[in-house]
Amino acid sequence: MTETILSMKGIIKRYRMGGEDQTVLRGIDFEVSKGEFVAVLGPSGSGKSTLMNIIGCLDTPSEGTYVLHGRDVSRLDESELAQVRSREIGFIFQQFQLLQRQDALENVELPLIYAGVGTAERRKRAQVLLERVGLGDKLHHFPNQLSGGQQQRVAIARALANHPTILLADEPTGALDQQTGKQVMNLFHDLNEEGNTIIMITHDIAIARHARRIVRLLDGCMTEGVAEDA
Amino acid sequence: MLKESLRMSWKNITGNKMRTFLTMLGIIIGVTAIIALITTVQGATNEMTSQFAALGAGKVTVSVTGTPIKRGLSSEDIARIGACDNISGVDPGLSFTRHVAAGGTLLEDVSIEGHGSAYFDDPELIGQGRGLTDMDMSRYSQVCVIDGDVKAALFPNENAIGQELVICGLTFTVVGVTSDDASNDVMRAMTSMTGMSTNGTILIPYQTAMRALGSGTINSLTLHIADTALTDETLSDVEEVLNAAFNYRDDAYRIINLDSLLDTMNTMTGMMTTMLAGIASIALLVGGIGIMNMMLVSVSERTTEIGLRKALGARPVLIQVQFLMESVLLSLMGGIVGILLGNVVSYVIAQIVGIGFAVNLGAVSLAFGFSASVGILFGWAPARKASRLNPIEALRSM
Repeated sequence: MTETILSMKGIIKRYRMGGEDQTVLRGIDFEVSKGEFVAVLGPSGSGKSTLMNIIGCLDTPSEGTYVLHGRDVSRLDESELAQVRSREIGFIFQQFQLLQRQDALENVELPLIYAGVGTAERRKRAQVLLERVGLGDKLHHFPNQLSGGQQQRVAIARALANHPTILLADEPTGALDQQTGKQVMNLFHDLNEEGNTIIMITHDIAIARHARRIVRLLDGCMTEGVAEDA
Repeated sequence: MLKESLRMSWKNITGNKMRTFLTMLGIIIGVTAIIALITTVQGATNEMTSQFAALGAGKVTVSVTGTPIKRGLSSEDIARIGACDNISGVDPGLSFTRHVAAGGTLLEDVSIEGHGSAYFDDPELIGQGRGLTDMDMSRYSQVCVIDGDVKAALFPNENAIGQELVICGLTFTVVGVTSDDASNDVMRAMTSMTGMSTNGTILIPYQTAMRALGSGTINSLTLHIADTALTDETLSDVEEVLNAAFNYRDDAYRIINLDSLLDTMNTMTGMMTTMLAGIASIALLVGGIGIMNMMLVSVSERTTEIGLRKALGARPVLIQVQFLMESVLLSLMGGIVGILLGNVVSYVIAQIVGIGFAVNLGAVSLAFGFSASVGILFGWAPARKASRLNPIEALRSM
């Protein structure tokens, strides 16, 4: 049907901890097609953070291949990974991770700076994005002048800035109350409707149900599940 | 991209003004000290050099102690020296201190100097009347040139020219008065420096002075060199004449070349400047360590921010550039403030001590380059540390 934009085969990740090798991911096979909304569900210690780091090109696997948007990214160096992140990945974090000394607009501009977009173009795009997430009237508010939900929406606007191949959300509602969490999820739905591919990492089955597809991670192994059967 | 890094660095620097100022203080003090020291020492040296040059450029002094048989230079020796190549004039000199009387006034302890006509070649020496000529020498004329002090003491409110005064029982006619600022004789400058002050100076023909003293020889000679580039060759010619005159006893005379003296002095002050600047740069070093400290603190404070920037696509080298820029900006700002302050300080010193003040461009560019390199040097390690932070751990650290 649609093109596969993320393809992992036999991903193994080992860490050396206190002289002992620890295998965190034990052979992950994982594919995501364009336009999907996938939740990776797993308890803490299941290796989901490690998987997120590898999906997000913050880390590379010890073994296996990871092809993202047609390019094998499993053996790139730090500098190359940074460039891949800049173009392909839009991060959304649990703690929003906004720069406190910069206003909403500047926060959204940040990834555009690293992608080498010019000042005027940057401004314009950041403004459109903030309007898209419903913060058109808060362009020059600083993070501490915004509510948690608004901050997360700034972060989402920032993640969308470079039209990434994948929106990668790590417990996006973890720091929000239920009501605001729901609003953020609704925004995710809308973004997905518009064609954005979303991968959401969570330990919360209720949040995971918002996705169209759920995969479960347990002890470094992945099993496919359907949203309804959880 | 560089502009953005610069903007971000600026934002971080101005974000915490107190800390920024305290960090910069080390650099400010170091640069101020260096600028003030170099500028002041240079100003003093220039002052000394120009005075010295005015005194003795192209002049070489021959001081003769003689041998037991021959106590000084005879007129023939002097003529032979004068005949050497590249010598434009020979000024035999001898000086002594006597009381001088004019009319009813007695002036004690006046420095009497016998000179050759070459001494009066300097057109600025004579303020009024004339200098002494070769004819005065050969005729043993009893004429003299007095300086401002003597005129003020003996002929305060009248024209001194044509007046008579008595030295050693001989009556001299005043033919000239030196100009007020004609303190341009090395020996006189030296004696006034060493505190052997007299009540003024009277210049008379050297041959008349020799006769007055009953002395047949000269012990001091000033040679005027025509082309100072050839001084060394000329002096070896002169040495040959002197060796012949004193039977090759080279302890009988001494040649004092003011130019080489000036060279020695310049070398010495140069060494002193280097040494002082070296000491002052210790302050700069301390300032650099301060910057490094602040940058390290800044890196750990902003660990999460660095992780985030990396996650958003900042390449490691960009993170490094941003932090490096921050430290260079810090130290350059400190450097600029220090340069301004240092020049103000040396201007004030120059005003108080009374030497000339000029902005020393060499010192300014040295301080500028120095503070920039301090920023790079001491910013390098923290910037490297920041660029190597693992984004995963950095993001988790909050």
